[in-house]
Amino acid sequence: MSDSAAAPLRGVVVCHGTVAAALVDATEQISGLTGHLVAVSNSGCDRESLEARIEAAVADGPAVVFVDMASGSCLIATLRRLRERPGVAVVTGVNLAMLVDFVFHLSLPPAEAADHAAASGGKAIRLP
Amino acid sequence: MPFVLSRVDDRLIHGQVVIGWGRPLGVQRILLVDDEVAANEWEQDLYRMAVPEGVTIEFAGTVAAAPLLAAWQADARRSMLLTGSVPALVHLYAADPAALHRINLGGLHHRPGRTERLPYLYLTAEEYRSLVELETLGADITAQDVPSAVPVGLGALA
Repeated sequence: MSDSAAAPLRGVVVCHGTVAAALVDATEQISGLTGHLVAVSNSGCDRESLEARIEAAVADGPAVVFVDMASGSCLIATLRRLRERPGVAVVTGVNLAMLVDFVFHLSLPPAEAADHAAASGGKAIRLP
Repeated sequence: MPFVLSRVDDRLIHGQVVIGWGRPLGVQRILLVDDEVAANEWEQDLYRMAVPEGVTIEFAGTVAAAPLLAAWQADARRSMLLTGSVPALVHLYAADPAALHRINLGGLHHRPGRTERLPYLYLTAEEYRSLVELETLGADITAQDVPSAVPVGLGALA
């Protein structure tokens, strides 16, 4: 087993402005689990510097990268740098329910954790 | 028809461009001039994903774009010209000053050698001099990240 495979799964939340930091803070408050999510903002970044921020946050992986929008600078930067990286999965449309689900499923492989979190995030969208 | 916006933005296509400007201006086509993207079909697909339905994108490198400016302007669609650097802008302006008469500085971010002029606009001394030179030649250059912001003239960015 490689070192990267033995590393704990982390979530990297990439959003516009201060959204990622707020989502990470709220997830930690709700779950009581800290240290599993890293917030990345695109503020003040051109393409290269945003890619560098994301790559530094993912580190050696494994990781699931949660992006706010299904298009735009955050997703483009994520895919440009990480699309061929094994052990990294990407989910768009991040919300709080998605992240709370994620921190309780850290033992899953990245792709499965991403699927599980995306399903929970989707179920949280309702018109009550 | 004339470009509805000629913008310099090192993030290229992102929310401010397609939503902030694209919607109020009724942009139907984005002309993305960037050497790296023009050479990479995978990235072009990524950028196509980033625009709303009904908006098309055309890609070109800086040198290839210059002779296309007239044809692009002859098109009836409402088009935004978008490039990511001051040198690319200078090259395009030299090819067709009338086409790029009004220039929007929408976002150039921090890099070594650049200093902050606005929170979203960092320029090296050389980049600033290049823009002043374009203004001397007749270009109307303002910095404005989103339509609701107040445009800032080049003189205030020194």
